[in-house]
Amino acid sequence: MDVRSQIAMVFHLDKCIGCHTCSIACKNIWTDRKGAEYMWWNNVETKPGTGYPTKWEDQDIYKGGWEKKNGKINLKGAGKRRGLVNIFYNPNLPVIDDYYEPFTYKYLDLIESPEGDDQPTARPVSLVTGKPIDIKMGPNWDDDLGGTPDYARNDPNMKNISPEEQEVMFQLEKMAFFYLPRICNHCLNPACVASCPSGAIYKRGEDGIVLINQQVCRAWRMCVTACPYKKSYYNWYTGKSEKCILCYPRIEAGLAPACMHSCVGRIRYLGVLLYDASKIEQAASVDEKDLVKSQLDIILDPFDENVIRAAKENGIADSTIHAAQFSPVYKFVKKWGLALPLHPEFRTLPMLFYVPPLLPVMATVKKVDNKEQSDKMHPAAKKWNDNWLYDTSTEELWGSLDQIRFPLKYIASLFSAGDEEMIKDKWKKLMAVRIHRRRVTVGDVSNEKAEEVLRDAGIDAETADAIYALTSLPKFEERFVIPAAHREQAIEMMDFTGDTKGDTGFGIKSQVKRGI
Amino acid sequence: MNYLDNFILIALPYLALAVFLIGTIYRYTNRKFQFSSLSSEFLEGRRLFYGSVPFHWGILFVFCGHLLAFAVPKAVLAWNSQPVRLLILEITGFIFAISMLVGLINLIIRRYTTARLKPVSNIMDLVVYILLLLQTIAGLWIAYNFRWGSSWFSTILTPYLYSIFKLQPDTSAVILLPWVVKLHIATAFIIIGIIPFSRLVHMLVLPLNYLWRPYQQVMWYWNRKKVRSSQTPWSLQRPKNT
Ligand code: HEM
Ligand code: SF4
Ligand code: SF4
Repeated sequence: MDVRSQIAMVFHLDKCIGCHTCSIACKNIWTDRKGAEYMWWNNVETKPGTGYPTKWEDQDIYKGGWEKKNGKINLKGAGKRRGLVNIFYNPNLPVIDDYYEPFTYKYLDLIESPEGDDQPTARPVSLVTGKPIDIKMGPNWDDDLGGTPDYARNDPNMKNISPEEQEVMFQLEKMAFFYLPRICNHCLNPACVASCPSGAIYKRGEDGIVLINQQVCRAWRMCVTACPYKKSYYNWYTGKSEKCILCYPRIEAGLAPACMHSCVGRIRYLGVLLYDASKIEQAASVDEKDLVKSQLDIILDPFDENVIRAAKENGIADSTIHAAQFSPVYKFVKKWGLALPLHPEFRTLPMLFYVPPLLPVMATVKKVDNKEQSDKMHPAAKKWNDNWLYDTSTEELWGSLDQIRFPLKYIASLFSAGDEEMIKDKWKKLMAVRIHRRRVTVGDVSNEKAEEVLRDAGIDAETADAIYALTSLPKFEERFVIPAAHREQAIEMMDFTGDTKGDTGFGIKSQVKRGI
Repeated sequence: MNYLDNFILIALPYLALAVFLIGTIYRYTNRKFQFSSLSSEFLEGRRLFYGSVPFHWGILFVFCGHLLAFAVPKAVLAWNSQPVRLLILEITGFIFAISMLVGLINLIIRRYTTARLKPVSNIMDLVVYILLLLQTIAGLWIAYNFRWGSSWFSTILTPYLYSIFKLQPDTSAVILLPWVVKLHIATAFIIIGIIPFSRLVHMLVLPLNYLWRPYQQVMWYWNRKKVRSSQTPWSLQRPKNT
């Protein structure tokens, strides 16, 4: 057993209100710079939707992540052979148009235009060339299912969903969507690290944060291809790749990352997981249907005596072990089994887990025969062609999962590599918590029914209360259990003080000069 | 003419080598952030293929050819002792050089006709393009007009280069070569001299150790087997990824 500690995360999707505060907090701190304007280390996507960069989940296009062949896993679009052969030109590199060309507006024109017959306008200009552009795409172009039907219908997760089911999803009055906030998953089997020819990317042993050393990155741009989540970005101006750093300067100081600190919906939880590093490769190499289980299996019980002993032998501080015992992530992921990794089939063992959204399930859709009715109507009205009944009545509210208006298949394609039972299991628990709490607070659910649902979901009332408390009422320090970084042991985590005597400030001190 | 010859064949090589050595070492130790291939594929990812790929494979082969004639001249001469083999060597070299020229021209056209590349191009890029273009054309010219280069490189240029490295420059043979060859020599040393000031540093950091390093890299700020022992006040082990 090789115990390591990892700062892991849980995002509770039922709580996300899609406000993008997280994205803005991150942008303001880290990526509001030349060459990084287009980067959103944290972005919030509407699902169904094509996401950012467009269709990032479709690895037939982007060739990210690991693939299993002959029992062994290998990088799909990079790696030792492919990476070096393609080093002069990377055929799988997403280009700026796959994200969007960053732009601003000539606001000054509004004020300084000479008097004339027309209203002055602020024309959009590209932040790359400085020239006026026609904006073709922007961040969250398809927010809240906005834009043309092209967006949601081209969601790569729609692949396995039948045309009829899709039709239901996109009927105006039955439409459902949810938000998917994404940051770098700080994976246990990171494809970005494995793909970097110069070895610039590494995982920090102490907390598992994955970082790119800007001094060692040489713009071989393989990590951009390799990360299946497209969370490694190429800075076109500095000629270096960059990615989410999980606000490690904040974490080292005991503060929550900016996106989590600012989260309005309070959907984000952060805490330590202890895991067995000797089983990483094995866990990432199992069959697709077993991936989630094998990933959860290498996460260790922080209360187990043997685990604690092995952790101490590996230099893990008492404070870190303590944090692991109080970790909200451990509770959601292991203890309650409520959270799942995003796209486990990419085999990077992501350390950001999602509680799948129950919201779209809260109403049901039934197929009904409206023919008799519509025959009576004016021909123009028939265009409505409404053969579906959208039902939110209380009895049906907790109704059958098979009739939900959001296909189970869709959620399963996101969070469980297609395993619908696994999603059902989480949903049952989430529903059971609600029914149980409704019995407690409103009282219009019979004890019998509540007990039955709890039993069906496999949790007891106490657990349901605990889930409810951590979901709805958590205080700051319950959402973020951050262990001390023990900088005193490392002198200074960023720099070796001997090298930087006399320097002040933080971050990269040298500048690039480009452009003519 | 003699002054110019002496400058090109003696002063320039030493100047270029000194600048190259001091410059790259300084840049590597103090300006490491600026070591990058400065890829522009992200801004223009289609036409780059027709430039970068033929150019790089071309220059790699041609460069290795020069290196071989420099490192093992006897072997090259032995290989060339049969006309068929000489022809094979010369023709492949020529083809790769053409590929390099085509690639280079594509790269130049691409860079100066793509609006998005303007903000990431600087004067040094232009200097590099001009020098490489000059060098490639001169090389092709020599290969075509003064045959067979692979043989006389090994007998004339290799001893000259050795004499430079031995600090006893002997120009008696090279001085008789045509002016194009001298131009080729001069440009070669100028290119070496500007390496530390341009994006060409990227070829010095060819990431070959990727081939034998494990895929995953984990880095500790302290020695984790010792950090919890009271005998260890703090770690002096420094993280290796720098
Ligand atoms: C040693 C192996 C080499 C490797 C791995 C390498 C790799 C690269 C890479 C990744 C790029 C960026 C391409 C892009 O825009 O995406 C590049 C550009 C370039 N390389 Fe190399 N290179 C090597 C050798 C050389 C040599 C020997 C030369 C010339 C003396 C050279 C000259 C150039 C030039 C001029 C560019 C700029 C191309 C442009 O954007 O117009 N390279 N190289
Ligand atoms: S999400 Fe992507 S960038 Fe982040 S650690 Fe995983 S592979 Fe690397
Ligand atoms: S700040 Fe929180 S609630 Fe708002 S979009 Fe981000 S994750 Fe969702």
